[in-house]
Amino acid sequence: MFLAAEEHHPLLPIWQEIVIGLVAFGVLAWVLMKFVFPKMDQMYEARVDAIEGGLLRAEKAQAEANELLNQYKAQLAEARTEAARIRDEARADAEGIRQDVLAKAREESDRIIAAGKDQLAGERQSIVRELRTEMGTLAVDLAGKIVGESLADETRRKGTVERFLADLETAGAK
Amino acid sequence: MSQLATLTTSDIPWPPSTGDFFLPDVAGPWITKFTILVWLAVALIIAFFMLTQRNAKIVPSKSQWLGESVYGFVRDGVAKDVIGHDGAKFAPYLTTLFCFIAVTNIYSIIPTAQISPNSHIAFPIVLAVISWVIFNVVGIRKHGFGHYVKMNLVPPGVPKLLLPLLIPIEFISTFLLRPVTLSVRLFANMFAGHLILLVFTLGGFLLVGSGNIGLAVAGVISWGMAIALTIFEAAIALLQAYVFVMLSASYIAGAIADEH
Repeated sequence: MFLAAEEHHPLLPIWQEIVIGLVAFGVLAWVLMKFVFPKMDQMYEARVDAIEGGLLRAEKAQAEANELLNQYKAQLAEARTEAARIRDEARADAEGIRQDVLAKAREESDRIIAAGKDQLAGERQSIVRELRTEMGTLAVDLAGKIVGESLADETRRKGTVERFLADLETAGAK
Repeated sequence: MSQLATLTTSDIPWPPSTGDFFLPDVAGPWITKFTILVWLAVALIIAFFMLTQRNAKIVPSKSQWLGESVYGFVRDGVAKDVIGHDGAKFAPYLTTLFCFIAVTNIYSIIPTAQISPNSHIAFPIVLAVISWVIFNVVGIRKHGFGHYVKMNLVPPGVPKLLLPLLIPIEFISTFLLRPVTLSVRLFANMFAGHLILLVFTLGGFLLVGSGNIGLAVAGVISWGMAIALTIFEAAIALLQAYVFVMLSASYIAGAIADEH
């Protein structure tokens, strides 16, 4: 069955093949280690650098952005308080102006009312005075007609009328 | 198939024997099918890396990525994984080893080649001896000769009484058997794989040509088996390359480990 084994036992190496194997593997290893793998390692390093550098840059940009954001937020808050202050001031101003206007208006109205009152009082007095004389005359005339005599005595007549009017006034006051 | 018709039982070399592994020289003992295949493998691997890595850029092209992923597979998946942080130093050697074994193994299923140079034990011996030299040299460099030998021969925490027994065992297993098992494992796998393919393929011809209809059916089944085993052989070819590299890496790792 193993006739061929007599030519060469498979567990015995052929020495020429050992030499060829060594040389061929040596050539392969030399070429790859000299021209291929160092380049790949370099590329790998460059890639790591690129990625890590990119990450670093991104982190820096992120930090910058955060700083800017905080700055903007602070500015915004400042602006808000400023606006609130201005609003409050404006409100206070408006309130003051309103009060001023109101006070002036009140003063004016008071003045108008006072003037009206004075005028009214004057008119009333003049009316009262007129009425008083007219009523006296009318009453005397009426009485004269009723009693059929002329109440010639001026002095007496005047006193009677005055007394009557005074009575009327006191009654009105009660 | 016309060839099949002309084949008679006597034309088929049967049974397959070790003689099938020793083909007539192409031109003397230096230029044989095996040595040509080995040189071709070297050329193919160099061409592959040179072509994929020309115009290498930080953002890799598809072919560049392909070449890099072979190197990256061995560097990250074997060297760094097994040896640790120092492993990257050994990645070039391990990758060369992996590519060389993988290509020479895969010849076993490539038409016209159809046999792996590694089915001649000379090539596995060369590779195993290189790995053996490397792991011993890095171990001696790191620990010094005396300490390195002692570290490998005297396991820590073993009773002194057992040492006369253990030292020869450790010596044989570490310094003698490692290269033997490395080379024989690769050689035997490729040898047996080729033999099995021969059995089913040639056996198929024999059975089909036997004239008996039942045996002819068995012959067709035998060819089906040959196809299935060819796929299996492809898996074994790559697996054995991986195993060889993995073990080389673990020997290196053991040699440069601080204590073990």
